[in-house]
Amino acid sequence: MYRKEKSIQLKSSSAALYNNLSVLRLPGRQLACFSAVHGPSLNVVSAAADGLGFSHRQLQAKEGGMAVSTSLLTQAAWCVLPSRVLLVLTSQKGIQMYESDGSIMVYWHALDVTEHPPAQAVFARGIAAAGGRFICVGTSSGLVLVFDIPSKGTNITVSEVLEQHHDAITDIAAELGQAPDGAGDLVTADDAGTLCVWSTGEEFTLLSKIPAFGCTCSSVKLWNGVVAAGYGNGQIRLYEAATGLLRAEVNAHARWIYALDLAPQTGKLLSGAEDSFVHVWKLSRNADTDDVEIEHCHSECVTDTQVCGARFCDPEGNSFAVTGYDLSEIFRYGQA
Amino acid sequence: TLPLLFLNLGGEMLYILDQRLRAQSIPGEKARKDEWTDVDRKRVMNDIITTMFNKKFMEELFKPQELYSKKALRTVYDRLAHASIMRLNQASMDKLYDLMTMAFKYQVLLCPRPKDILLVTFNHLDAIKDFIRDSPGILNQVDETVRQLIETYSCLSAGEFQLIRQTLLIFFQDMHIRVSIFLKDKVQNSNGRFVLPISGPVPWGTEVPGLIRVFNHNGDEVKRTEFTTGGNYVTPQREGSFDLYGDRVLKLGTNMYSVSRPVETHMSGSSKNLASHAKENIVPNPLAKEELNFLARLLGGLEVKKPGGSETGFRLNLFTTDEEEEHAALTRPEELSYKVINIEATQEPARRAELSRILGELEVAEPRPASSGKGEDLLALMDGL
Repeated sequence: MYRKEKSIQLKSSSAALYNNLSVLRLPGRQLACFSAVHGPSLNVVSAAADGLGFSHRQLQAKEGGMAVSTSLLTQAAWCVLPSRVLLVLTSQKGIQMYESDGSIMVYWHALDVTEHPPAQAVFARGIAAAGGRFICVGTSSGLVLVFDIPSKGTNITVSEVLEQHHDAITDIAAELGQAPDGAGDLVTADDAGTLCVWSTGEEFTLLSKIPAFGCTCSSVKLWNGVVAAGYGNGQIRLYEAATGLLRAEVNAHARWIYALDLAPQTGKLLSGAEDSFVHVWKLSRNADTDDVEIEHCHSECVTDTQVCGARFCDPEGNSFAVTGYDLSEIFRYGQA
Repeated sequence: TLPLLFLNLGGEMLYILDQRLRAQSIPGEKARKDEWTDVDRKRVMNDIITTMFNKKFMEELFKPQELYSKKALRTVYDRLAHASIMRLNQASMDKLYDLMTMAFKYQVLLCPRPKDILLVTFNHLDAIKDFIRDSPGILNQVDETVRQLIETYSCLSAGEFQLIRQTLLIFFQDMHIRVSIFLKDKVQNSNGRFVLPISGPVPWGTEVPGLIRVFNHNGDEVKRTEFTTGGNYVTPQREGSFDLYGDRVLKLGTNMYSVSRPVETHMSGSSKNLASHAKENIVPNPLAKEELNFLARLLGGLEVKKPGGSETGFRLNLFTTDEEEEHAALTRPEELSYKVINIEATQEPARRAELSRILGELEVAEPRPASSGKGEDLLALMDGL
């Protein structure tokens, strides 16, 4: 069972955006960092593990070349690669990459406005580190940009552009555990609800495409060859990554799901939605039948709050953090 | 997103004005020259609605463009509210805008599905049509707008509607003004945050939470389990209509005011949240100002019916007494002031040329008598260019 712990105050409130919370744990340094998008800015908080002492930083969305209008951020996430950790911000104008503490911007990629039809919204959204050396970022036109990240320095280049989606990308997730053969190690999701499973490398290969069923997939996770996807109708669906087969369907929430997270060492799944609820589930594989199983462990009602971000704070899933629209704090919960 | 924002806020504004005008109206025969009558009320509503749904204005509104800043939008409503013989003091206008925005924020937040924002809009427009049901000319204009809404928004996907909703929520972020009628109905807490119910019908297309189904590799369902949460949800009965006419089913967006329920707001003193919000809008956006000029100019340039000899018009008070209105003006917290934009003629020749061009295309209204409202500066400025 989980119980509520001391919240972390933010300098400004959180926006109603998918996956609006990122958590970075640096095991050696006893420090956990949290970030949540406010709108045109990002709140970054670094908390010491003992709960005392916080430092705050705010990063701004970079204006376009002409600085004509303010830009809004859509998402922010820490990308952990073997050699370095980068903090990636996506906005209506492009993609900003910073050193993990947000101190220096190491790369800026402007979105090509001409790629998008004139009357449509333009933005980048969906961030994940993949294959030990790439960072993948999605766009509103359905493209997934693959950035090759050197172990240090600013010489970041676009290594590939994946063109399988026709709708705005919502989320991207890399394999968090051990993928069985042929299961791929990256999944991308879009506004229409289509999911694509990829194998990463010098060239990315599409392994399977899971068709939409009429609902937006707002959040996705990949673990041990199982895709966990959260949808606009409140459902969580589990698919076999290698084949695209549906293995489980959960009527999890009464409203649009905004965030999913997974604790790789235990298979715990966290879901947060507009209905004010956060649920903890347990994923497992039946050794005999090879069926994917999911059971409900815990539910938490964040009163009068539309949850927009939810993340485990440790790899076993013993604690998690939650953000909500219009809230200037991060709620924390830990196992009793 | 702008048409939805504008029409829904406009709808709320009309609900409030209608209620206040009814509350302050005096039967025709007994009324003094400076008091409201039923006839005056109908005329004010007609004037405002006619201006709001002016063909040229609607055309401009529906063009793909970015959302306005709060200040820019507020100025547009300032002009709209003054499209008739009615006059509002700054304090009353502030209160009106507070109420409008909090009401629509509530509706956007509580929409079961993002697409339901369209139903909320239809509710507002259905009510507006009822206000002017005796005037076929304006009724036609409103119907035209409903058709345009259907044309523009019906084909959008759920994901696109959610993006619109998220954009609107960013616009309303950090606004926690407490509204009496919401507090009394227990839809708003005393800290200004709205109550989100965890019971009732689920949105159309969503299942009641609780069921887990597991499938084997052949696709057959092999197990069913249930779980419970704290919520108490039921299946919805039917879906609202997205046609020109129909039962919208959803109650959000319908008129919640009636003559007996006065509209009051309390200034929520939560300055911590508002401080950061106030900082963001400091840098003036020249493009927004230009668009503001255009839309506000359009509104200002439209024909305004004037009463017989009176130039200043009838004043409407959103508060119960004049003293209350004065007090509200003096005590309004700094961070909540809307700082209506003062447009200065820009020095850049390119901008000026653009403004002149826009000006040239519009019919110029008769110059108004000098008045103290900030909105008048716009018109005066235009005349002077």
